[in-house]
Amino acid sequence: MLINGIKIDDTFAEAFNMRGTRVLITAQNLKWAYHAANAMTGFATSVIGCGVEAGIERELSIDETPDGRPGVSILMFAMGSKVLMQQLETRMGQCILTCPTAAAFAGIESEDQISLGKHLRFFGDGYQTSKLIAGRRYWRIPVMDGEFLTEETTGMVRAIGGGNFLILATSQAAALHAAETAVEAMKQVPNVIMPFPGGVVRSGSKVGSKYPKMFASTNDAFCPTLKGVTNSDLSAEIESVMEIVIDGLSFEDIATSMRVGIQAICDLGEASGVKRISAGNYGGKLGPHHFKLHEIMSKAAS
Amino acid sequence: MSKLTFTLKKTLHHSINCAALTPNNLENKSLAEIASTPLQYGKTKLRADEVFEITGEDTQNIHFKNTTNKLDYLGANMASGTMDIEGDVGAYLGFALKQGEIRCHGNSEAFAACNMAGGLLKIDGSTGDFLGGASAGLRKGMRGGTVIVKGNAADRVGDQMRRGLILIEGSVGDYCGSRMIAGTIGVLGNVGKYAGFNMQRGTLLLAKAPQLHATIQDCGMHTMPFLSLMFKSFTPYNTKFSGIKTQRVQRFVGDTACNGNGEILLLQTS
Repeated sequence: MLINGIKIDDTFAEAFNMRGTRVLITAQNLKWAYHAANAMTGFATSVIGCGVEAGIERELSIDETPDGRPGVSILMFAMGSKVLMQQLETRMGQCILTCPTAAAFAGIESEDQISLGKHLRFFGDGYQTSKLIAGRRYWRIPVMDGEFLTEETTGMVRAIGGGNFLILATSQAAALHAAETAVEAMKQVPNVIMPFPGGVVRSGSKVGSKYPKMFASTNDAFCPTLKGVTNSDLSAEIESVMEIVIDGLSFEDIATSMRVGIQAICDLGEASGVKRISAGNYGGKLGPHHFKLHEIMSKAAS
Repeated sequence: MSKLTFTLKKTLHHSINCAALTPNNLENKSLAEIASTPLQYGKTKLRADEVFEITGEDTQNIHFKNTTNKLDYLGANMASGTMDIEGDVGAYLGFALKQGEIRCHGNSEAFAACNMAGGLLKIDGSTGDFLGGASAGLRKGMRGGTVIVKGNAADRVGDQMRRGLILIEGSVGDYCGSRMIAGTIGVLGNVGKYAGFNMQRGTLLLAKAPQLHATIQDCGMHTMPFLSLMFKSFTPYNTKFSGIKTQRVQRFVGDTACNGNGEILLLQTS
C-alpha cells in the first residue's frame, strides 16, 4: 500500500489486554491542573519499568468538570487490577494530594471501582469529612492550603495497551518531525494516550534477549546502525526509526488513533523524508489484539 | 390511568394512622380491597372508605385531598411511587421513607422524615419538631434521602441524623442539628439557639449567623470548592439553595463538648 508516496507495510501492530482508569484533575487554574497531572503521569511510560502507563488525555473546560474549575483528564493503564490500584493510590497520594488547589474526581463509569481517595482520607488524621453528593461519596481532607477534595473511587475498565506504528525516515530530524505531527493529530482522539515522552519512543523493543534475565531488548531489526550485522528490516536509505505507542479504552479507539496519526504523516508526503510506516509485530508472542495497518488505512481511504 | 385519590370526608377528632395507604401497600389491589383497608383510629379501626372518598386506579401515584393535621404516618415505609398531598398533615409524614417522592402542599406536624432512609420529601409549608430525627428509642435518625422544606421547621431538626440532606428555605427553631452524626442540613432563614448541640459530624449550612454556644469553635473564613459541587447537586430539587454561588464560608467546628467534628458553615454573601 502506498499513500502519498509513503509505503505502508503489510503487517500488524500487536497489542495486549490491560486494565484502565480515568481520573479528572481540577485546580484553581489550568497551570496547576497540569502540574498535578504531569506529576501523576510522570515516570509512567511503560509497564516494563514503571508499573503503569499513563498520560494526559485532554483538557477539560469548566463546564466539563464536577467542581466547575479548569482541569485535565488522565488515563492510566496497567497489566492487572492490583497494580493499577496500587499505582493509582500511590500517585494520588504523592502527586495530587500534594499539589496546591488540586482535586480529583472519577472519570469513568464501571461496576469495578478502585480507590481514589478511599484510603487517602486517613491522611486527615480524623479531621477528614465525607460528603455524599448526588449519590457519590467525596472526601474532604484538611491540608495546609485549605481542603483537598477527592472522590472516593473511580471506575476500572478492560482496556488495550501497546497499539503502535513505526515511522521509517531518511534522517533523525525527518522521523522526529513526522512523529510530532502524528502525535499532535492523535491528541484529538478521545480515550487514548501516547505514554512515552512527547508521545514518541525511540527504543522500541523486541520480546526476549540474549541475556536470560531480560524479557525485552532492543529491536535490532529496526536499529539503523545495525543494518550490516543483524537481520535488518531497514533498507539502505533509512537512517532513523521512531515508534508511537498507543494505549486505549477499546480496539476501535486505538485503531482510530493509529489511522489519524499515520494519515497525518502521509499528508506530509514523501518529501518529508518518511519512506515507510511499519508496526511492532512480534509474531503473535506479545498479545491477542492485531491492528493490521492495511485494514486500518483502507478505512481512511474509504 | 388517573391517580388513586383519597379525599377526606370524615371530621376527625383525633389522629388516624394512614401508614397503610402507600403505593407499595396498595399495589395490585382492587378498589374494593383498597376501600376495606383498615386504618387505626384511636382504639378502633375504620375502613379506608369510611374516612376517605376513593377514586382513581393508579396505585403508584396517590393523591390526598382535603387533608388535616389529624392524618398521621402518611407515606410511612413507602418504597415506590409518588404521593401528592393537598393540605396539612399530621405527625410522622414520610416515616422511614425508603424510595419514591412525597409532596406535601401544606404544613406537617412533628417527626416528618423520621427514620427516613431514601427518596424525596417536599413540604411546601412548615413542619414541626424533630424533622429527620429518630423515633423514640432509636439512636439514629434519618439515614438517607432528601427533604426540602419551603417554610419553617421547629426545634431539633436532624436530631441524631445519620445521613442524607435536609434543606429548609425558612427558619428553624432551637437545637438544629443536635446530636447529629452525619449528613447535611441547610437553612436559609434564622436559626434558634444551640445549633449543633452535641453534634458529632455532619454539616450545618447556614445563611444567617446563629447564636452559637461556647463549645462550637470558630475556625475562620475559608473558600471551599466542594460547595459548588454540592450546590450544583441541588439543581433538580427546585430550591433556592441551588442558586447560591458563593464558596466563601466562616467555618465553625464542634461540638467540642462531646469531642465532635461536625461543622457549621456560615455562607458569606458579600
